[in-house]
Amino acid sequence: MTDVTPYLIVSAVLFSIGATGVLIRRNAIVVFMCIELMLNAANLSLVSFSNLHGNLEGQVTAFFVMVVAAAEVVIGLAIIMTIFRSRRSASIDDASLLKW
Amino acid sequence: MVSNVLPFVIALPLLGAAVLLIGGRRTDSWGPYLATLLPIASFVCALVLFVHTLGQPDDARSQSVHLWTWFEAGKLNVGADLLYDQLSSLFLLLITGVGSLIHVYSLGYMAHDERKRRFFGYLNLFVAAMLTLVLAANYLVLFLGWEGVGLASYLLIGFWQHKPSAAAAAKKAFVMNRVGDMGLSLAIALCFTTFGSTSFDVVNAGAQHAGETTMTWLGLLLLLGACGKSAQVPLQAWLLDAMEGPTPVSALIHAATMVTAGVYLMVRSHAILDAAPVARTAVVVVATVTLLWGAIIGTAKDDIKKVLAGSTMSQIGYMMLAAGLGPAGYAFAIFHLLTHGFFKANMFLGAGSVMHAMDDDVDMRHYGALRRAMPVTFLTFAMGYLAIIGFPGFSGFWSKDKIIDAAWHEHWWIGALALFGAGITAFYMTRLMLMTFFTEKRWRDGVHPHESPSIMTGPLVVLAALSVLGGVMLLGSWIQDYLAPIVGEPPEESSGAPAWLISLLAVLVVACGVALAWFLVGRRPVPDTAPTDVRWPVAVARQDLYGDEINDTFVILPGRKLTGALLEIDKYGVDGLMTGGPVAVGAFAGIFRKAQNGFVRSYALSVLGGAVVVVLALMVVNWQ
Repeated sequence: MTDVTPYLIVSAVLFSIGATGVLIRRNAIVVFMCIELMLNAANLSLVSFSNLHGNLEGQVTAFFVMVVAAAEVVIGLAIIMTIFRSRRSASIDDASLLKW
Repeated sequence: MVSNVLPFVIALPLLGAAVLLIGGRRTDSWGPYLATLLPIASFVCALVLFVHTLGQPDDARSQSVHLWTWFEAGKLNVGADLLYDQLSSLFLLLITGVGSLIHVYSLGYMAHDERKRRFFGYLNLFVAAMLTLVLAANYLVLFLGWEGVGLASYLLIGFWQHKPSAAAAAKKAFVMNRVGDMGLSLAIALCFTTFGSTSFDVVNAGAQHAGETTMTWLGLLLLLGACGKSAQVPLQAWLLDAMEGPTPVSALIHAATMVTAGVYLMVRSHAILDAAPVARTAVVVVATVTLLWGAIIGTAKDDIKKVLAGSTMSQIGYMMLAAGLGPAGYAFAIFHLLTHGFFKANMFLGAGSVMHAMDDDVDMRHYGALRRAMPVTFLTFAMGYLAIIGFPGFSGFWSKDKIIDAAWHEHWWIGALALFGAGITAFYMTRLMLMTFFTEKRWRDGVHPHESPSIMTGPLVVLAALSVLGGVMLLGSWIQDYLAPIVGEPPEESSGAPAWLISLLAVLVVACGVALAWFLVGRRPVPDTAPTDVRWPVAVARQDLYGDEINDTFVILPGRKLTGALLEIDKYGVDGLMTGGPVAVGAFAGIFRKAQNGFVRSYALSVLGGAVVVVLALMVVNWQ
């Protein structure tokens, strides 16, 4: 039984950095990377708790998250590319037509 | 015998109506003749029945015929039953007899109308409905006939529907009759709840034991029904406008038969009236007011048909008065109804003949001196005139005299008012006679009066003869004895003024009325247009005693206000309640949809904020 607190602190810090990035950055690529950061912060927590409880469920879930994240990257980057091609800009604030 | 023949009396004219109205233009050429023959056939049936039953004892004269069960539901069982008794037998003869004469007359009067076939179809429909009304053995079948005559009256008043005035008059008659019909239908409902049946014999048998309050309500509701159909105050205003219809219609429906249905209803419901003194008093009051009301209107009108309409109203007032006097008056109500049917139909048809000659001009100020141009019309009209004013020996003298006599025995002031009404009647009828047939010619240019064809004068002659001889029904108290099994024996003559004195008084009052008309109208030239500088009684009488204005002020205006208020309540109350919710949701959404601003980062902030709130909530909940 190792002490998981440091891992959780790192996870929390990573998540906060990611969340802040999503909220304050306009560049779509950077926002995207911040989302990955948040996902990985979650993965870190999962793995830490998995180790704490001595079973593999958390680790398996972390793999699932990675797979889904990989798939999401494929689609997300494709969308960002398309937007960039049509608007010559990767700013997410420019793509705000879908509203009331 | 009775059960075999009776259905045909109704079925024949109904068949005529069906053939003419459904058959369409194919029947144009022969339809009117068929429609004239069928009521005559009906009359023959009625006559055969009458003669047949005359030879039988009293209790065998009343027979009910069960045709079929109309409907039954639970304890309720209503049969399509006909009742042939002394009362309906007289009505049968009047309706089919006068009806046939008027059909014959119409062949001449409507000869040049291109919608003649339809007119005769409606007339036949009316005769069938009226016969249903008087032959019914229960109030529900009576109501069927009651509404049927209302429909026929509506169709015939508005027969010349291209005239807006005729269309409006038809509508007015229909709507005002609905008010009365409401009374009758409520009365029928009350019959059902009180007696469990609407059959006349059940109602008549149960009336004494049913409690006076119920009977009073029943009597008042029936009176309301009678007021509507018989144009009694306060539902009198439609009858004057009803004169927009063709003149034979006025004669048949609005003088001889339909408008007397209210009197028939009162006499038929005599047991209810006998059991409810309050209702009986109400009938007397309504009748007395109406007989003066109609007579006063008659004095001021220049339109010959409107004078006769006011007179009809007044004469029906006399009949209602007699009906309201109880067993002493029922037989005389029917007696006056019959004689009035003769002489008023005679005079209406005579007026139609005059209008025919004067190019459909109805203004008596354009008549004058027609006695030489139209001798037959003049003589027959004169017979009707003498009958209505109550010239001794003529039918109206006997019948009206009996009513005044009975009224005098009830209370002297009712008798005095009835007597006064007779004086006014003499005045306005003499005025009509003088302005139409005497005084100097005031014909318009291009009008060449001529006597009507014999197909029109024939019925006039027959009706004139009946107007003169109608009094024979009183010989040896025949009519009282004949009707006694139905309406009860009249009470023994009580003390009071002797009959001969009242007759003498009546003749004197009538003579005064005639003399007054002679001094006011006959001795001086008749102005070509109605004088406008008249005193207020004349002005009021010309306005039908403000009958329309009273209706406008007390019924139509409040009605409009009520419907307006209901509309407002509906619009702002009910609709507001219904649409308020969606409108509020819409307004709310209008404000909050601005949150969907399209900026991904603001959505992300919402998601984060939401997540934080959820986490905090979990922590709070799990706080130990």
